[in-house]
Amino acid sequence: MPDKMHIKLNVNGKDEEFLAEPRELLIYTLRERLNITGPHIGCETSHCGACTVTIDGKSVKSCTMFAAQASGKSVTTIEGIGGPDDLHPLQEAFKEHHGLQCGYCTPGMITRATKLLEENPNPTEEDIRFGMAGNICRCTGYQNIVKSIQAAAAEMNAAAASSSEAVGNKTVEAAE
Amino acid sequence: MKDEVENREDRVANLKGMGCSRKRVEDARFTQGKGNYVDDIKLDGMLFGDFVRSPYAHARIKSVDTAAALEVPGVLAVLTAADLEPLGLHWMPTLAGDKQMVLADGKVLFQGQEVAFVVAEDRYAAADGIELVEVEYEELPVIVDPFEALQSDVVLREDLVGEDGSLPDGAHGPRKHHNHIFTWEAGDKEPTEEVIANAEVVADESMYYHRTHPCPLETCGCVASMDKVNGKLTLWGTFQAPHAIRTVVSLISGIEEHNIRVISPDIGGGFGNKVGAYPGYVCSVVASIVTGKPVKWIEDRMDNLMTTAFARDYHMTGKISATKEGKITALQCHVTADHGGFDACADPTKFPAGFMNICTGSYDIPTAYLEVDGVYTNKAPGGVSYRCSFRVTEAVYFIERMIEVLAIELDMDAAELRRINFIKKEQFPYTAALGWEYDSGDYHTAWDKALTTVDYEGLRAEQAQRVEDFKAGKTRKLMGIGLSFFTEIVGAGPVKNCDILGLGMFDSCEIRIHPTGSAIARLGTISQGQGHATTFAQILASEIGLPADSITIEEGDTDTAPYGLGTYGSRSTPVAGAATAMAGRKIRAKAQMIAAYLLEVHDNDVEFDVDRFVVKGAPEKFKTMKEIAFAAYNQAIPGIEPGLEAVSYYDPPNMTYPFGAYVCVMDIDVDTGVPEIRRFYALDDCGTRINPMIIEGQVHGGLTEALAVALGQEIAYDDMGNVKTGTLMDFFLPTAWEVPNYETDFTVTPSPHHPIGAKGVGESPHVGGVPCFSNAVQDAFRPFGNRHTNMPHDHWRIWRTANELGLHD
Ligand code: FES
Ligand code: FES
Repeated sequence: MPDKMHIKLNVNGKDEEFLAEPRELLIYTLRERLNITGPHIGCETSHCGACTVTIDGKSVKSCTMFAAQASGKSVTTIEGIGGPDDLHPLQEAFKEHHGLQCGYCTPGMITRATKLLEENPNPTEEDIRFGMAGNICRCTGYQNIVKSIQAAAAEMNAAAASSSEAVGNKTVEAAE
Repeated sequence: MKDEVENREDRVANLKGMGCSRKRVEDARFTQGKGNYVDDIKLDGMLFGDFVRSPYAHARIKSVDTAAALEVPGVLAVLTAADLEPLGLHWMPTLAGDKQMVLADGKVLFQGQEVAFVVAEDRYAAADGIELVEVEYEELPVIVDPFEALQSDVVLREDLVGEDGSLPDGAHGPRKHHNHIFTWEAGDKEPTEEVIANAEVVADESMYYHRTHPCPLETCGCVASMDKVNGKLTLWGTFQAPHAIRTVVSLISGIEEHNIRVISPDIGGGFGNKVGAYPGYVCSVVASIVTGKPVKWIEDRMDNLMTTAFARDYHMTGKISATKEGKITALQCHVTADHGGFDACADPTKFPAGFMNICTGSYDIPTAYLEVDGVYTNKAPGGVSYRCSFRVTEAVYFIERMIEVLAIELDMDAAELRRINFIKKEQFPYTAALGWEYDSGDYHTAWDKALTTVDYEGLRAEQAQRVEDFKAGKTRKLMGIGLSFFTEIVGAGPVKNCDILGLGMFDSCEIRIHPTGSAIARLGTISQGQGHATTFAQILASEIGLPADSITIEEGDTDTAPYGLGTYGSRSTPVAGAATAMAGRKIRAKAQMIAAYLLEVHDNDVEFDVDRFVVKGAPEKFKTMKEIAFAAYNQAIPGIEPGLEAVSYYDPPNMTYPFGAYVCVMDIDVDTGVPEIRRFYALDDCGTRINPMIIEGQVHGGLTEALAVALGQEIAYDDMGNVKTGTLMDFFLPTAWEVPNYETDFTVTPSPHHPIGAKGVGESPHVGGVPCFSNAVQDAFRPFGNRHTNMPHDHWRIWRTANELGLHD
């Protein structure tokens, strides 16, 4: 058996350090080693997206990446996106627009959608359908997922607009 | 007065009862990654079990050598059939009255069959162990075609042949051949044949409804924990029917039922996949007993697609006769049903072909006959109802294709042919030629609404123009208009004719009202995404007048929930929903007595009004349900026991018969075979609507699974019995990119025998959707002579159809 590797990760803002076999997959590290069970396993072949996390700003399917490959990087899972006291607009929107049923795809879906909206804050329906095509949902037929993401985008844009307005006002005040 | 009315409306709104689009209470945890699915369960010292599986579809097992595997660090045990045999657990009973090997006992009958169970400290060690289990196989001739199976000398199931070569009866009567399982009939053979022989017009067609798989995003799995100190077994798992699993585990293990606790945690989709009992469950239980530690088993996707719960695989041949004007006179259907190596179909005991005898569909067909032959082959066992009620999907596909073929034969419009044959509103309750009593329906209204909404006439005109344009070389795209009108049969079912392993298919609800006016209700069903915690609370809110937000719904723990048969076949609303309403009514009856006592009037002098009992004629005198709940716990009321609880076990008097009218408009590129869905309109009538938002979500989901099955999803085998579609690379699951937006609509024809008139909806869109998508493809090619092509209509097959029709010349 090959030597264990020394791996350092930052997961949801917390530093983690451990020894693991080179073959240990990141999804396994998260779920089994770190008890972060939001990311799920649906296929282990990169097709379904249930295991989606964000690594250094990119959406990654954690079932097909070794923990060692993520060493030194920052990982964000659904747990790092929002909790009971600070729900992300996407989490609110999925609830509001019935964007989930069994919930199994949901953590990966929302995690992916946060990146999608970061890259493209005003996506068309087509952009959303294309940008989410790496995440499979067996329950919803996607229609309400698309709706949820559109609603969250509108919400986030409105919030951004009002906060820049607020900043704008301040600027005016300062100028006076 | 106006204030009063508004006030009442507010009170109704406050309940969030039936009919409102209440947001789901489940979603908070799911959106935050706090669901609790079986693979999230972790127990101290928990081990992980996984299977050595057969690479061959049919082989004798000469030997299994586990020595090297046991040397692997972290591997604790390797179970084989020889280990299970002394416990009598190397075989287990199936839901269909057959038996199935838990671990290969001398031979294997399908690729991926469970041969040995490696128990290790973690998944990696288990995988290492699996690599080192040495199994010596001797290949046997493989049969993957059921027609060949019925001719072949090769005996697949030696255990079902007498030593003298005799064929003992199967669970469903005499068998015709050593690879034959049963023959099941419904209707009248001779009269049907006679009508068809003398008919003015007859259409016949053979069609293959291919093998597919429910493939929920979460695979099957369990955690078994045998506590040797107190003798109790706890089994968590992806069970659509936790109580039935408890009974089965008790029957096969000998552990008394009160010492078994089965828990279904959150389930990541079921669609029929999680109804059956699988070898993984049995092996986990045994491994936990052997090692004294909890043991987890979780399928990977390939295990899931290859071994647990296929669906469909029906070869159907039909004849339909009619007058020249198109009035149908008779229908005949024969099915050769491929059940794989073991008959593990999940159907009520008396229905080995499920409710295939609903195949006369929505039409008034005076005479009909159905015959189904079940056959063993070298394929995986299963035969589950993939988002449908026991073979209804096959039945509806069959009749909706036969109608189209008959329309071609008659040179008639298929919408009109349907219209003149629908069962009329005034004919309900209607007894069909194959035996079912349809409770209610108004098909003409639904059909007219659908056709008007989509402008059917306009679509046909556009299609005719398109054909002209195509012929003139102006376009390479054809237009298909898919129609389907379906009647489902759900809500199994009346105990008089529906049972599974002898357990009547009733369901149950138990309610406890707490002193301060909130409540908990427990049911025998289990949600897999349907939102029971939301909708059952709505039913109760309307029945007992406490806000849905104050009612907790709990399911899936056999130690606390009343006995029920679980969730599949769209039975939760028709059966457990009814139990919920009935238990609520018991609560209300007692509340009425308490209210009368508190208001110092006679029981009959108070009446229920939204959230309170009021004195008749004096609405200012009332007691709210909250007040009544408190009184139930703090007052000594003469003649009434303290407390406010009720339980109801509901045995439905009949099935329910949801129906719907779907239209799909599709453009097909003749040169690439790519179909593009331009429009999909779905009208559903599921009776009383409990939560429109959830109904709509169910329709979107069911249609998408229908799209998958019709347009590409398939479990395919090669001649050697190798599964060619074992990963999501080959097994089609539509993504957001391939799925259209759906238009949903409804009519409401309440079920007359259901306490709240609800019929169930989760499966309708799948049942009605598959023929609708398929008919759209076939309809596009009808002007060029197409009559029928088999699903799945993937790009290649569509291209091939175009090619065979000479459209590439
Ligand atoms: S589990 Fe990683 S993509 Fe499916
Ligand atoms: S909600 Fe079930 S898989 Fe998406």
